[in-house]
Amino acid sequence: MATEAFEDIADTFAFLDDWEDRYRHVIELGKAMAPLEEAFKVPALKVQGCASQVWLRPMVSEGRFDFQGESDALIVRGLIAILHALYSGLTLAEVLAVDAQAELARLGLTDHLSAQRSNGVRAMVQRIRETASA
Amino acid sequence: MSEAYDVAAIRADFPILSRRVNGRPLVYLDNGASAQKPEVVIEAMNRTYRQGYANVHRGLHTLSTEATEAYEGVRGKLARFLGADEEEIVFTTGSTEGINLVSYAWAAPRLQPGDEIVLSVMEHHANIVPWHFLRERQGVVLKWVECDQNGDLDPQAMIAAIGPRTRLVAVTHMSNVTGTVVDVAAIVRGAHAQGVPVLVDGSQAAVHMPVDVKALGADFYAVTGHKLYGPSGSGCIYIRRERMEEMRPFLGGGDMIREVTRDAVTWNDPPMKFEAGTPGIVQQIGLGVAIDYMMGIGMERIAAHELALRDYARERLRGLNWLNVQGDSATKGAIFSFTMQGAAHAHDISTILDKKGIAVRAGTHCAMPLMSHLGVGATCRASFAMYNTLDEVDALVEALEFARELFG
Repeated sequence: MATEAFEDIADTFAFLDDWEDRYRHVIELGKAMAPLEEAFKVPALKVQGCASQVWLRPMVSEGRFDFQGESDALIVRGLIAILHALYSGLTLAEVLAVDAQAELARLGLTDHLSAQRSNGVRAMVQRIRETASA
Repeated sequence: MSEAYDVAAIRADFPILSRRVNGRPLVYLDNGASAQKPEVVIEAMNRTYRQGYANVHRGLHTLSTEATEAYEGVRGKLARFLGADEEEIVFTTGSTEGINLVSYAWAAPRLQPGDEIVLSVMEHHANIVPWHFLRERQGVVLKWVECDQNGDLDPQAMIAAIGPRTRLVAVTHMSNVTGTVVDVAAIVRGAHAQGVPVLVDGSQAAVHMPVDVKALGADFYAVTGHKLYGPSGSGCIYIRRERMEEMRPFLGGGDMIREVTRDAVTWNDPPMKFEAGTPGIVQQIGLGVAIDYMMGIGMERIAAHELALRDYARERLRGLNWLNVQGDSATKGAIFSFTMQGAAHAHDISTILDKKGIAVRAGTHCAMPLMSHLGVGATCRASFAMYNTLDEVDALVEALEFARELFG
Protein backbone atom coordinates (compact mmCIF):
# COMPACT_ATOMS: atom_id res chain seq x y z
CA MET A 1 0.00 0.00 0.00
CA ALA A 2 1.55 3.24 -1.13
CA THR A 3 0.55 6.76 -0.10
CA GLU A 4 -3.08 7.77 -0.29
CA ALA A 5 -2.25 10.27 -3.02
CA PHE A 6 -0.63 7.56 -5.11
CA GLU A 7 -3.49 5.12 -4.52
CA ASP A 8 -5.89 7.78 -5.80
CA ILE A 9 -3.84 8.05 -8.98
CA ALA A 10 -3.69 4.26 -9.29
CA ASP A 11 -7.48 4.07 -8.92
CA THR A 12 -7.92 6.53 -11.77
CA PHE A 13 -5.47 4.69 -14.00
CA ALA A 14 -7.33 1.44 -13.37
CA PHE A 15 -10.20 2.92 -15.38
CA LEU A 16 -8.01 4.02 -18.29
CA ASP A 17 -7.79 1.24 -20.86
CA ASP A 18 -5.75 2.64 -23.68
CA TRP A 19 -2.42 4.44 -23.72
CA GLU A 20 -3.98 7.58 -25.17
CA ASP A 21 -6.07 8.09 -22.04
CA ARG A 22 -3.22 7.19 -19.70
CA TYR A 23 -0.98 9.76 -21.37
CA ARG A 24 -3.78 12.31 -21.29
CA HIS A 25 -4.06 11.80 -17.55
CA VAL A 26 -0.28 11.97 -17.02
CA ILE A 27 -0.27 15.30 -18.86
CA GLU A 28 -3.19 16.58 -16.76
CA LEU A 29 -1.40 15.65 -13.54
CA GLY A 30 1.64 17.58 -14.74
CA LYS A 31 -0.39 20.63 -15.61
CA ALA A 32 -2.05 20.56 -12.18
CA MET A 33 1.27 20.44 -10.35
CA ALA A 34 2.53 23.69 -8.82
CA PRO A 35 5.47 25.02 -10.82
CA LEU A 36 8.94 25.16 -9.34
CA GLU A 37 9.97 28.73 -8.60
CA GLU A 38 12.46 30.08 -11.11
CA ALA A 39 14.96 30.72 -8.31
CA PHE A 40 15.30 26.96 -7.80
CA LYS A 41 16.04 26.17 -11.44
CA VAL A 42 19.76 26.06 -10.75
CA PRO A 43 22.41 23.61 -11.95
CA ALA A 44 22.71 21.95 -8.51
CA LEU A 45 19.04 20.94 -8.66
CA LYS A 46 19.10 19.86 -12.29
CA VAL A 47 18.80 16.12 -12.83
CA GLN A 48 21.32 14.82 -15.35
CA GLY A 49 20.46 11.97 -17.67
CA CYS A 50 17.20 13.47 -18.89
CA ALA A 51 16.62 14.40 -22.50
CA SER A 52 14.50 17.35 -21.43
CA GLN A 53 15.37 19.72 -18.61
CA VAL A 54 14.40 18.40 -15.18
CA TRP A 55 14.84 20.05 -11.81
CA LEU A 56 14.22 18.38 -8.50
CA ARG A 57 14.34 20.17 -5.14
CA PRO A 58 14.28 17.67 -2.28
CA MET A 59 13.13 18.85 1.12
CA VAL A 60 13.34 16.97 4.42
CA SER A 61 11.43 18.31 7.35
CA GLU A 62 11.03 16.53 10.73
CA GLY A 63 12.14 13.28 9.18
CA ARG A 64 9.60 13.45 6.36
CA PHE A 65 10.55 13.62 2.71
CA ASP A 66 9.06 16.00 0.19
CA PHE A 67 10.19 17.55 -3.06
CA GLN A 68 9.30 20.02 -5.74
CA GLY A 69 10.09 19.35 -9.34
CA GLU A 70 9.62 20.61 -12.83
CA SER A 71 10.40 19.81 -16.43
CA ASP A 72 9.98 21.67 -19.69
CA ALA A 73 8.36 18.55 -21.17
CA LEU A 74 4.71 17.92 -20.37
CA ILE A 75 4.90 14.13 -20.10
CA VAL A 76 7.92 14.33 -17.82
CA ARG A 77 6.14 16.96 -15.71
CA GLY A 78 3.30 14.50 -15.27
CA LEU A 79 5.70 11.75 -14.29
CA ILE A 80 7.20 14.11 -11.70
CA ALA A 81 3.70 14.70 -10.31
CA ILE A 82 3.23 10.94 -10.03
CA LEU A 83 6.60 10.54 -8.28
CA HIS A 84 5.56 13.34 -5.94
CA ALA A 85 2.43 11.43 -5.01
CA LEU A 86 4.54 8.31 -4.57
CA TYR A 87 7.15 9.81 -2.24
CA SER A 88 5.79 12.94 -0.60
CA GLY A 89 5.27 12.70 3.15
CA LEU A 90 7.14 9.40 3.61
CA THR A 91 9.83 8.91 6.22
CA LEU A 92 13.33 8.51 4.81
CA ALA A 93 13.24 4.80 5.55
CA GLU A 94 9.93 4.49 3.72
CA VAL A 95 11.34 6.38 0.72
CA LEU A 96 14.11 3.81 0.42
CA ALA A 97 11.60 0.97 0.73
CA VAL A 98 9.53 2.15 -2.27
CA ASP A 99 9.85 -0.01 -5.36
CA ALA A 100 9.23 2.72 -7.93
CA GLN A 101 9.37 0.33 -10.86
CA ALA A 102 6.67 -1.90 -9.42
CA GLU A 103 4.47 1.05 -8.45
CA LEU A 104 4.67 2.69 -11.88
CA ALA A 105 3.98 -0.70 -13.45
CA ARG A 106 0.62 -0.62 -11.66
CA LEU A 107 -0.18 2.50 -13.70
CA GLY A 108 0.79 0.86 -16.98
CA LEU A 109 3.77 3.18 -17.32
CA THR A 110 6.60 0.66 -17.16
CA ASP A 111 7.96 1.73 -20.52
CA HIS A 112 9.10 4.95 -18.87
CA LEU A 113 11.48 3.17 -16.56
CA SER A 114 13.74 1.23 -18.88
CA ALA A 115 17.36 2.26 -18.64
CA GLN A 116 17.44 3.38 -22.26
CA ARG A 117 14.54 5.79 -21.90
CA SER A 118 16.06 9.20 -21.55
CA ASN A 119 13.00 10.86 -20.03
CA GLY A 120 14.82 10.78 -16.73
CA VAL A 121 12.43 8.93 -14.44
CA ARG A 122 15.22 6.60 -13.38
CA ALA A 123 17.55 9.52 -12.75
CA MET A 124 14.87 11.26 -10.69
CA VAL A 125 14.20 8.16 -8.60
CA GLN A 126 17.95 7.85 -8.12
CA ARG A 127 18.18 11.47 -6.93
CA ILE A 128 15.30 10.96 -4.52
CA ARG A 129 16.90 7.83 -3.08
CA GLU A 130 20.27 9.55 -2.73
CA THR A 131 18.66 12.35 -0.76
CA ALA A 132 16.88 9.89 1.52
CA SER A 133 20.03 7.91 2.22
CA ALA A 134 22.31 10.95 2.72
CA MET B 1 13.01 8.67 -65.87
CA SER B 2 12.85 5.47 -67.90
CA GLU B 3 10.76 3.36 -65.56
CA ALA B 4 8.54 4.24 -62.63
CA TYR B 5 10.13 4.42 -59.20
CA ASP B 6 8.79 1.34 -57.44
CA VAL B 7 8.87 2.34 -53.80
CA ALA B 8 6.98 -0.80 -52.75
CA ALA B 9 9.70 -2.98 -54.28
CA ILE B 10 12.39 -0.91 -52.59
CA ARG B 11 10.62 -1.20 -49.23
CA ALA B 12 10.49 -4.96 -49.67
CA ASP B 13 14.30 -4.93 -49.85
CA PHE B 14 14.55 -3.57 -46.29
CA PRO B 15 13.55 -6.28 -43.79
CA ILE B 16 13.15 -3.91 -40.83
CA LEU B 17 10.48 -1.86 -42.60
CA SER B 18 8.01 -4.68 -42.19
CA ARG B 19 8.21 -4.69 -38.42
CA ARG B 20 5.64 -3.11 -36.13
CA VAL B 21 6.33 -0.68 -33.32
CA ASN B 22 3.86 -0.27 -30.48
CA GLY B 23 1.35 -2.31 -32.43
CA ARG B 24 1.56 -0.17 -35.56
CA PRO B 25 3.49 -0.39 -38.82
CA LEU B 26 6.88 1.25 -38.40
CA VAL B 27 7.14 4.67 -40.06
CA TYR B 28 10.86 5.31 -40.01
CA LEU B 29 11.58 9.03 -40.36
CA ASP B 30 14.91 9.19 -38.53
CA ASN B 31 17.03 8.64 -41.61
CA GLY B 32 19.02 11.79 -40.95
CA ALA B 33 20.41 10.02 -37.88
CA SER B 34 20.93 6.67 -39.56
CA ALA B 35 19.33 4.82 -42.45
CA GLN B 36 18.06 1.24 -42.49
CA LYS B 37 19.88 -1.50 -44.40
CA PRO B 38 18.69 -3.49 -47.39
CA GLU B 39 18.77 -7.27 -47.29
CA VAL B 40 21.66 -7.37 -49.77
CA VAL B 41 23.88 -5.46 -47.34
CA ILE B 42 22.96 -7.64 -44.38
CA GLU B 43 23.44 -10.74 -46.49
CA ALA B 44 26.81 -9.61 -47.86
CA MET B 45 28.14 -9.08 -44.34
CA ASN B 46 26.73 -12.40 -43.24
CA ARG B 47 28.25 -14.15 -46.25
CA THR B 48 31.63 -12.53 -45.69
CA TYR B 49 31.80 -13.77 -42.12
CA ARG B 50 30.56 -17.20 -43.13
CA GLN B 51 32.63 -17.75 -46.26
CA GLY B 52 35.16 -15.09 -47.10
CA TYR B 53 36.58 -13.59 -43.94
CA ALA B 54 40.22 -12.99 -43.12
CA ASN B 55 42.40 -9.97 -42.45
CA VAL B 56 43.21 -7.77 -45.43
CA HIS B 57 46.51 -6.65 -47.01
CA ARG B 58 48.43 -9.30 -45.09
CA GLY B 59 48.07 -12.94 -45.89
CA LEU B 60 48.82 -14.73 -49.13
CA HIS B 61 46.24 -17.40 -48.43
CA THR B 62 43.00 -17.68 -50.34
CA LEU B 63 40.69 -16.17 -47.73
CA SER B 64 42.92 -13.16 -47.19
CA THR B 65 43.20 -12.59 -50.91
CA GLU B 66 39.43 -12.81 -51.33
CA ALA B 67 38.77 -10.49 -48.40
CA THR B 68 41.35 -8.00 -49.67
CA GLU B 69 39.83 -8.01 -53.14
CA ALA B 70 36.33 -7.48 -51.77
CA TYR B 71 37.48 -4.78 -49.37
CA GLU B 72 39.68 -2.88 -51.82
CA GLY B 73 36.95 -3.13 -54.42
CA VAL B 74 34.86 -0.86 -52.23
CA ARG B 75 37.41 1.93 -52.66
CA GLY B 76 36.66 1.90 -56.38
CA LYS B 77 32.91 1.87 -55.79
CA LEU B 78 33.18 4.86 -53.45
CA ALA B 79 35.40 6.63 -55.96
CA ARG B 80 32.81 6.16 -58.71
CA PHE B 81 30.01 7.13 -56.32
CA LEU B 82 31.74 10.45 -55.53
CA GLY B 83 33.39 11.10 -58.89
CA ALA B 84 36.87 10.70 -57.44
CA ASP B 85 39.97 8.64 -58.20
CA GLU B 86 40.48 5.51 -56.11
CA GLU B 87 43.74 6.80 -54.64
CA GLU B 88 41.87 9.79 -53.24
CA ILE B 89 39.51 7.71 -51.11
CA VAL B 90 40.55 7.10 -47.50
CA PHE B 91 38.44 4.58 -45.62
CA THR B 92 37.09 5.85 -42.31
CA THR B 93 34.58 4.79 -39.71
CA GLY B 94 32.40 7.71 -40.75
CA SER B 95 32.42 11.46 -41.27
CA THR B 96 33.51 12.15 -37.71
CA GLU B 97 36.72 10.20 -38.18
CA GLY B 98 37.20 11.70 -41.64
CA ILE B 99 37.00 15.28 -40.40
CA ASN B 100 39.16 14.52 -37.37
CA LEU B 101 41.70 13.00 -39.76
CA VAL B 102 41.88 16.29 -41.66
CA SER B 103 42.09 18.25 -38.42
CA TYR B 104 44.99 16.18 -37.04
CA ALA B 105 46.87 15.22 -40.16
CA TRP B 106 46.42 18.24 -42.41
CA ALA B 107 45.40 21.27 -40.33
CA ALA B 108 47.18 20.80 -36.99
CA PRO B 109 50.74 20.78 -38.37
CA ARG B 110 50.05 23.69 -40.75
CA LEU B 111 47.99 26.19 -38.78
CA GLN B 112 49.67 28.81 -36.61
CA PRO B 113 48.16 30.81 -33.75
CA GLY B 114 45.89 33.44 -35.26
CA ASP B 115 45.24 31.44 -38.43
CA GLU B 116 41.55 31.15 -39.20
CA ILE B 117 39.05 28.50 -40.16
CA VAL B 118 35.85 29.82 -41.71
CA LEU B 119 32.81 27.69 -40.98
CA SER B 120 29.05 28.06 -41.18
CA VAL B 121 26.74 28.14 -38.21
CA MET B 122 24.84 25.24 -39.84
CA GLU B 123 27.56 22.69 -39.16
CA HIS B 124 27.02 19.42 -37.33
CA HIS B 125 29.20 19.08 -34.23
CA ALA B 126 31.40 16.65 -36.19
CA ASN B 127 32.43 19.61 -38.35
CA ILE B 128 32.84 21.95 -35.37
CA VAL B 129 34.50 20.15 -32.49
CA PRO B 130 37.62 18.99 -34.41
CA TRP B 131 38.25 22.69 -35.20
CA HIS B 132 37.59 23.67 -31.58
CA PHE B 133 40.47 21.33 -30.69
CA LEU B 134 42.74 23.49 -32.85
CA ARG B 135 41.33 26.65 -31.27
CA GLU B 136 41.98 25.28 -27.76
CA ARG B 137 45.35 23.69 -28.45
CA GLN B 138 47.03 26.04 -30.85
CA GLY B 139 45.17 29.33 -30.94
CA VAL B 140 43.37 28.86 -34.25
CA VAL B 141 40.49 31.33 -34.70
CA LEU B 142 37.06 30.09 -35.74
CA LYS B 143 35.20 32.55 -37.97
CA TRP B 144 31.48 31.84 -38.06
CA VAL B 145 29.20 32.68 -40.95
CA GLU B 146 25.48 32.77 -40.26
CA CYS B 147 22.61 31.53 -42.37
CA ASP B 148 19.39 33.54 -42.52
CA GLN B 149 16.19 32.58 -40.68
CA ASN B 150 14.99 30.74 -43.78
CA GLY B 151 18.00 28.45 -43.42
CA ASP B 152 19.76 29.80 -46.52
CA LEU B 153 23.51 30.23 -46.45
CA ASP B 154 24.80 32.90 -48.84
CA PRO B 155 27.96 31.56 -50.54
CA GLN B 156 29.19 35.15 -50.88
CA ALA B 157 29.03 35.57 -47.09
CA MET B 158 31.27 32.52 -46.69
CA ILE B 159 33.68 33.88 -49.29
CA ALA B 160 33.62 37.37 -47.77
CA ALA B 161 34.62 35.89 -44.40
CA ILE B 162 37.87 34.61 -45.90
CA GLY B 163 40.78 36.81 -44.88
CA PRO B 164 44.55 36.73 -45.31
CA ARG B 165 44.90 34.42 -42.30
CA THR B 166 42.19 31.96 -43.40
CA ARG B 167 43.64 28.51 -43.99
CA LEU B 168 40.50 26.43 -44.43
CA VAL B 169 36.78 26.70 -45.11
CA ALA B 170 34.64 23.97 -43.50
CA VAL B 171 31.04 23.73 -44.65
CA THR B 172 28.21 21.27 -44.87
CA HIS B 173 26.73 20.29 -48.21
CA MET B 174 23.30 19.76 -46.63
CA SER B 175 22.06 20.82 -43.22
CA ASN B 176 20.96 17.94 -41.02
CA VAL B 177 18.49 20.27 -39.30
CA THR B 178 16.83 22.33 -42.04
CA GLY B 179 17.69 20.21 -45.06
CA THR B 180 19.17 23.26 -46.82
CA VAL B 181 21.50 22.33 -49.67
CA VAL B 182 24.47 24.69 -49.71
CA ASP B 183 25.97 25.98 -52.96
CA VAL B 184 29.30 24.37 -52.21
CA ALA B 185 30.64 24.82 -55.75
CA ALA B 186 30.32 28.61 -55.45
CA ILE B 187 32.03 28.60 -52.06
CA VAL B 188 34.86 26.47 -53.41
CA ARG B 189 35.37 28.79 -56.41
CA GLY B 190 35.56 31.82 -54.14
CA ALA B 191 37.85 30.12 -51.64
CA HIS B 192 40.19 28.67 -54.24
CA ALA B 193 40.48 32.09 -55.87
CA GLN B 194 42.07 33.12 -52.59
CA GLY B 195 44.12 29.95 -52.28
CA VAL B 196 42.05 28.48 -49.43
CA PRO B 197 41.09 24.78 -49.43
CA VAL B 198 37.53 23.69 -48.61
CA LEU B 199 36.35 20.76 -46.51
CA VAL B 200 32.80 19.66 -47.22
CA ASP B 201 30.73 17.57 -44.81
CA GLY B 202 28.74 15.40 -47.19
CA SER B 203 27.17 13.20 -44.51
CA GLN B 204 23.61 14.16 -45.48
CA ALA B 205 24.01 15.30 -49.08
CA ALA B 206 25.58 12.15 -50.49
CA VAL B 207 22.54 10.15 -49.39
CA HIS B 208 20.04 12.26 -51.25
CA MET B 209 21.59 13.47 -54.52
CA PRO B 210 24.29 12.65 -57.04
CA VAL B 211 27.62 14.05 -55.82
CA ASP B 212 30.64 14.79 -57.99
CA VAL B 213 33.51 16.00 -55.85
CA LYS B 214 35.52 17.07 -58.91
CA ALA B 215 32.67 19.21 -60.20
CA LEU B 216 32.27 20.71 -56.72
CA GLY B 217 36.01 21.24 -56.55
CA ALA B 218 36.17 20.26 -52.87
CA ASP B 219 39.53 19.44 -51.29
CA PHE B 220 37.99 17.16 -48.68
CA TYR B 221 34.56 15.52 -48.84
CA ALA B 222 33.49 13.34 -45.90
CA VAL B 223 30.72 10.75 -46.05
CA THR B 224 29.46 8.18 -43.59
CA GLY B 225 28.30 4.68 -44.49
CA HIS B 226 25.55 4.23 -41.95
CA LYS B 227 23.51 7.03 -43.51
CA LEU B 228 24.15 5.57 -46.98
CA TYR B 229 22.15 2.42 -46.15
CA GLY B 230 25.42 0.74 -45.17
CA PRO B 231 26.76 -0.58 -41.86
CA SER B 232 27.64 1.62 -38.92
CA GLY B 233 31.39 2.06 -38.65
CA SER B 234 31.89 2.38 -42.41
CA GLY B 235 32.62 5.41 -44.52
CA CYS B 236 35.28 7.38 -46.34
CA ILE B 237 36.69 10.77 -47.00
CA TYR B 238 37.70 12.03 -50.41
CA ILE B 239 40.97 13.93 -50.22
CA ARG B 240 42.31 15.75 -53.26
CA ARG B 241 45.74 14.41 -54.20
CA GLU B 242 47.59 17.69 -53.52
CA ARG B 243 46.13 17.88 -50.03
CA MET B 244 47.03 14.25 -49.33
CA GLU B 245 50.64 14.99 -50.15
CA GLU B 246 50.59 17.75 -47.53
CA MET B 247 49.34 15.44 -44.78
CA ARG B 248 51.23 13.72 -42.04
CA PRO B 249 49.95 10.33 -40.86
CA PHE B 250 47.04 10.18 -38.44
CA LEU B 251 46.92 7.02 -36.34
CA GLY B 252 50.08 4.91 -36.19
CA GLY B 253 50.10 1.15 -36.49
CA GLY B 254 50.06 -1.66 -38.98
CA ASP B 255 49.15 -1.20 -42.64
CA MET B 256 50.08 2.50 -42.73
CA ILE B 257 53.83 1.83 -42.76
CA ARG B 258 56.30 0.59 -45.33
CA GLU B 259 59.18 -0.19 -43.00
CA VAL B 260 59.71 -0.04 -39.27
CA THR B 261 63.07 -0.32 -37.54
CA ARG B 262 64.14 0.46 -34.00
CA ASP B 263 65.16 3.96 -35.03
CA ALA B 264 62.92 4.89 -37.92
CA VAL B 265 59.71 4.35 -39.78
CA THR B 266 58.68 5.05 -43.35
CA TRP B 267 55.08 5.49 -44.41
CA ASN B 268 53.01 3.57 -46.85
CA ASP B 269 51.71 5.51 -49.84
CA PRO B 270 48.40 7.35 -49.51
CA PRO B 271 45.62 6.48 -49.02
CA MET B 272 46.94 3.59 -46.87
CA LYS B 273 49.22 6.01 -45.05
CA PHE B 274 46.04 7.16 -43.28
CA GLU B 275 44.57 3.73 -42.56
CA ALA B 276 46.28 2.22 -39.52
CA GLY B 277 45.42 -1.15 -38.07
CA THR B 278 42.88 -3.74 -39.09
CA PRO B 279 40.02 -1.75 -40.63
CA GLY B 280 36.29 -2.38 -40.56
CA ILE B 281 36.64 -5.01 -43.25
CA VAL B 282 33.13 -6.39 -43.21
CA GLN B 283 31.56 -2.97 -42.64
CA GLN B 284 33.26 -1.53 -45.72
CA ILE B 285 32.31 -4.59 -47.77
CA GLY B 286 28.73 -3.99 -46.64
CA LEU B 287 29.02 -0.34 -47.61
CA GLY B 288 30.18 -1.33 -51.07
CA VAL B 289 27.02 -3.35 -51.53
CA ALA B 290 24.92 -0.43 -50.25
CA ILE B 291 26.59 1.87 -52.80
CA ASP B 292 25.87 -0.67 -55.55
CA TYR B 293 22.28 -0.80 -54.36
CA MET B 294 21.85 2.98 -54.46
CA MET B 295 23.58 3.33 -57.81
CA GLY B 296 21.53 0.44 -59.15
CA ILE B 297 18.39 2.43 -58.43
CA GLY B 298 20.09 5.60 -59.57
CA MET B 299 20.89 8.68 -57.51
CA GLU B 300 18.88 10.91 -59.87
CA ARG B 301 15.82 8.74 -59.38
CA ILE B 302 16.28 8.60 -55.61
CA ALA B 303 16.64 12.39 -55.58
CA ALA B 304 13.48 12.82 -57.66
CA HIS B 305 11.48 10.53 -55.37
CA GLU B 306 12.69 12.37 -52.28
CA LEU B 307 11.90 15.76 -53.79
CA ALA B 308 8.34 14.56 -54.36
CA LEU B 309 8.26 13.53 -50.68
CA ARG B 310 9.66 16.93 -49.74
CA ASP B 311 7.05 18.80 -51.77
CA TYR B 312 4.19 16.80 -50.34
CA ALA B 313 5.47 17.00 -46.75
CA ARG B 314 6.11 20.72 -47.09
CA GLU B 315 2.56 21.28 -48.29
CA ARG B 316 0.98 19.10 -45.61
CA LEU B 317 3.05 20.54 -42.75
CA ARG B 318 2.26 24.08 -43.94
CA GLY B 319 -1.38 23.19 -43.40
CA LEU B 320 -0.72 22.78 -39.66
CA ASN B 321 -0.80 26.40 -38.54
CA TRP B 322 0.33 25.48 -35.02
CA LEU B 323 3.53 23.85 -36.28
CA ASN B 324 6.74 25.89 -36.66
CA VAL B 325 9.05 24.35 -39.24
CA GLN B 326 12.64 25.61 -39.03
CA GLY B 327 13.86 26.93 -42.37
CA ASP B 328 12.17 26.67 -45.73
CA SER B 329 14.97 27.06 -48.22
CA ALA B 330 14.05 26.57 -51.87
CA THR B 331 17.04 24.21 -52.03
CA LYS B 332 16.02 22.04 -49.10
CA GLY B 333 15.74 18.29 -49.14
CA ALA B 334 13.24 16.12 -47.29
CA ILE B 335 14.34 17.02 -43.76
CA PHE B 336 11.90 18.90 -41.53
CA SER B 337 12.67 20.18 -38.03
CA PHE B 338 9.73 21.54 -36.13
CA THR B 339 8.25 22.57 -32.84
CA MET B 340 4.63 22.83 -31.82
CA GLN B 341 3.10 26.04 -30.55
CA GLY B 342 2.07 25.71 -26.92
CA ALA B 343 3.74 23.88 -24.08
CA ALA B 344 4.58 20.58 -25.78
CA HIS B 345 8.30 19.84 -25.79
CA ALA B 346 10.01 18.09 -28.71
CA HIS B 347 10.40 15.04 -26.45
CA ASP B 348 6.69 15.03 -25.69
CA ILE B 349 5.91 15.05 -29.39
CA SER B 350 8.40 12.32 -30.26
CA THR B 351 7.08 10.17 -27.40
CA ILE B 352 3.57 10.36 -28.81
CA LEU B 353 4.77 9.81 -32.39
CA ASP B 354 6.64 6.73 -31.16
CA LYS B 355 3.44 5.39 -29.64
CA LYS B 356 1.98 5.76 -33.14
CA GLY B 357 4.89 3.77 -34.61
CA ILE B 358 6.63 6.84 -36.04
CA ALA B 359 10.35 7.26 -35.39
CA VAL B 360 11.66 10.84 -35.43
CA ARG B 361 14.61 12.47 -33.76
CA ALA B 362 14.05 14.91 -30.91
CA GLY B 363 16.75 17.16 -29.51
CA THR B 364 19.33 19.58 -30.79
CA HIS B 365 20.56 17.33 -33.61
CA CYS B 366 24.28 17.75 -32.82
CA ALA B 367 23.96 21.29 -34.15
CA MET B 368 23.74 23.51 -31.08
CA PRO B 369 25.18 26.66 -32.71
CA LEU B 370 22.50 26.49 -35.43
CA MET B 371 19.70 25.86 -32.94
CA SER B 372 20.82 28.83 -30.89
CA HIS B 373 21.11 30.98 -34.04
CA LEU B 374 17.56 30.01 -35.03
CA GLY B 375 16.41 30.75 -31.48
CA VAL B 376 15.01 27.30 -30.76
CA GLY B 377 15.78 24.70 -28.11
CA ALA B 378 14.97 21.10 -28.89
CA THR B 379 13.03 20.30 -32.05
CA CYS B 380 11.59 17.18 -33.62
CA ARG B 381 13.07 16.18 -36.94
CA ALA B 382 11.42 14.05 -39.59
CA SER B 383 14.00 13.04 -42.19
CA PHE B 384 13.00 11.01 -45.23
CA ALA B 385 14.82 8.43 -47.32
CA MET B 386 14.47 6.53 -50.57
CA TYR B 387 12.00 4.05 -49.07
CA ASN B 388 9.56 6.52 -47.53
CA THR B 389 6.12 7.08 -49.02
CA LEU B 390 3.51 9.79 -49.34
CA ASP B 391 1.31 7.69 -47.06
CA GLU B 392 3.95 8.00 -44.38
CA VAL B 393 3.78 11.78 -44.69
CA ASP B 394 0.04 11.45 -44.04
CA ALA B 395 0.72 9.20 -41.04
CA LEU B 396 3.10 11.82 -39.64
CA VAL B 397 0.55 14.61 -40.08
CA GLU B 398 -2.20 12.53 -38.51
CA ALA B 399 -0.01 11.70 -35.50
CA LEU B 400 0.98 15.35 -35.12
CA GLU B 401 -2.68 16.34 -35.12
CA PHE B 402 -3.31 13.78 -32.41
CA ALA B 403 -0.38 15.11 -30.35
CA ARG B 404 -1.66 18.64 -30.79
CA GLU B 405 -5.05 17.61 -29.44
CA LEU B 406 -3.45 15.67 -26.57
CA PHE B 407 -1.14 18.45 -25.40
CA GLY B 408 -3.63 21.23 -26.00
